[in-house]
Amino acid sequence: MAQAATASVTSDSDYGLWSRLKQNRNWLGFWYMLPAAGFLILFLAYPLGLGIWLSMTDAKIGRPGVFVGLENFTWLWDDSVFWLSVFNTLLYTVVASVIKFAIGLYLAILLNNHLPFKAFIRAIVLLPFIVPTVLSAIAFLWIFDPQFSIISWTLRSMGLISANIDFLGDPWHARISVIGANIWRGVPFVAITLLAGLQTVSPSLYEAATIDGANRWQMFRHITYPLLTPIIAVVMTFSVLFTFTDFQLIWAITRGGPVNATHLMATLSYQRAILGGYLGEGAAISTAMIPFLLVAILISWFGLQRRKWQQGEANG
Amino acid sequence: MAEARATRINGVFARWLERRRERRLEQVNMSGTDYLLSLPQRWVRIYMPLSVIVFVLLFPFYWMAITAIKPDEQLVNFGEVNPYWVVGPTLKHIKHLLFDTPYMHWMWNTMFIAMVATVLSLIASVLAAYAIVRLRYRGAQWVGGAIFLAYLVPTSILFIPLSLIVVKYGLWDTPWALILTYPTILIPFSTWLLMGYFKTIPFELEECALIDGASRWQILTKIVLPLAGPGLISAGIFCFTLCWNEFIYALTFLSSPAKKTVPVAILSEMVDGDVYRWGALMAGALFGSIPVALVYMFFVNHYVSAMTGAVKE
Repeated sequence: MAQAATASVTSDSDYGLWSRLKQNRNWLGFWYMLPAAGFLILFLAYPLGLGIWLSMTDAKIGRPGVFVGLENFTWLWDDSVFWLSVFNTLLYTVVASVIKFAIGLYLAILLNNHLPFKAFIRAIVLLPFIVPTVLSAIAFLWIFDPQFSIISWTLRSMGLISANIDFLGDPWHARISVIGANIWRGVPFVAITLLAGLQTVSPSLYEAATIDGANRWQMFRHITYPLLTPIIAVVMTFSVLFTFTDFQLIWAITRGGPVNATHLMATLSYQRAILGGYLGEGAAISTAMIPFLLVAILISWFGLQRRKWQQGEANG
Repeated sequence: MAEARATRINGVFARWLERRRERRLEQVNMSGTDYLLSLPQRWVRIYMPLSVIVFVLLFPFYWMAITAIKPDEQLVNFGEVNPYWVVGPTLKHIKHLLFDTPYMHWMWNTMFIAMVATVLSLIASVLAAYAIVRLRYRGAQWVGGAIFLAYLVPTSILFIPLSLIVVKYGLWDTPWALILTYPTILIPFSTWLLMGYFKTIPFELEECALIDGASRWQILTKIVLPLAGPGLISAGIFCFTLCWNEFIYALTFLSSPAKKTVPVAILSEMVDGDVYRWGALMAGALFGSIPVALVYMFFVNHYVSAMTGAVKE
């Protein structure tokens, strides 16, 4: 309809080039897309390609590299620090995402009840998500201080431990600490998004289930969860993606230490490429993240989509 | 006389009762089967776990705030004064932060970069979203999909090649390095958000305008944009907070201390050697959060709908 209208506005007299550019839908679309496309091509698509190219050169800072094929990757293959960072990244992503999902869903269900000051509680719950990550990470750096940690002090005065916990000095303690900080930051996003999904579930379904004698778990399993699956898929895809590529939390709290125990692939590539100057090697680490990301996206997306489809099939 | 007043009071009372009954009904409807839980059950099942979670989520902010006003000896000696509290709070750390460091300058840098990047991204996104949704040029759907994919490309795999590009274009160590690269993070998100808003604007309005001889540009600026106000606000707030949050580009593309943004500067410039000045650091972290917290406080509903709306799309 609108197309027809466009055509009728064009009078017979101005069939010049300029008016064609002004009126033709495809040309108009081109002009309107130009600013966004310019930004995305120059600063997103081009660097993405350039990164993959760099990973196959021996570029250093201040020296354009020459093509070396897969040499960077074979070098990384034998590099134990690289494999440690892969392990850390997977551990960090899996553990943090699972716990974020569990706590986030629980919090969303709690917030979906009728509560006094509901809007206010919902607003403050989102605070950890909106505050700049580096700034809250500095607070965690202080909370995890080896000598003056408030957690150590509290546990000590409760008589649960006798000496201060060395949160960031011991490899496993450090891993657990940064995962904890990541969960703290990520739970609000999961919870508030799932809450929006929960609010679209009709209360009459729960009423019907109650009349039929369903208990709370059955209601969750057979009403809440199936109806929430599509939104869970999207939220978890984003959560996994952002956790896997996290940089700032680690950089602010541990910088990859102690002895590389908390290096993620992103922090390792920064250290090698920008601080060490080996751009090619750093780019190879970044490029190595791409397959993991694709797999993560595909699993969380199609895995949950298919389950939804199967359930539809079973019900139908 | 007295009778009339009594009936009036009765009337008021009756209306109040009625309203209360309505509210009750509304609550029952809203919360489904919740009325089946007794009060003690509600405490155990809802209020207690909720308060534990909310406590954990808010504690770091409390700890930042109390550290920022503690005198030095209470920071490192938990023996005399309970560390959860403060005796004789001081503004020393805040004064040090504001007057002995270029903190206000960093705030201004961050504000400037965030504002300009947000405005640029909004302009580009409005045009792109309108073109995809309403001009529907050939291949518009594919472009929409590609923009969504662009949202999934993380900054941590782009910063190395981007640093080369930034150097090559002569943007190194200038605010423009960030102003021009941040839109790649912001445009995909805000385009998707605005596409959703534009779809809800009735088609017929545009038809009428087209028949009356309006150009596409006039339709966009005079009809669509005024109606998409809430969408623009949501996208703007989200862009602003994302810019304020961004770290890895700011860390990589800027090197002189005077040009840094708040998150980077606090981490790299506020530590004298190995000495952490915890009071000033916490004050800096807290103040650095205030602009986003303020924006968020005034527009919390827009923010939540932007976040959840974009995920639902």
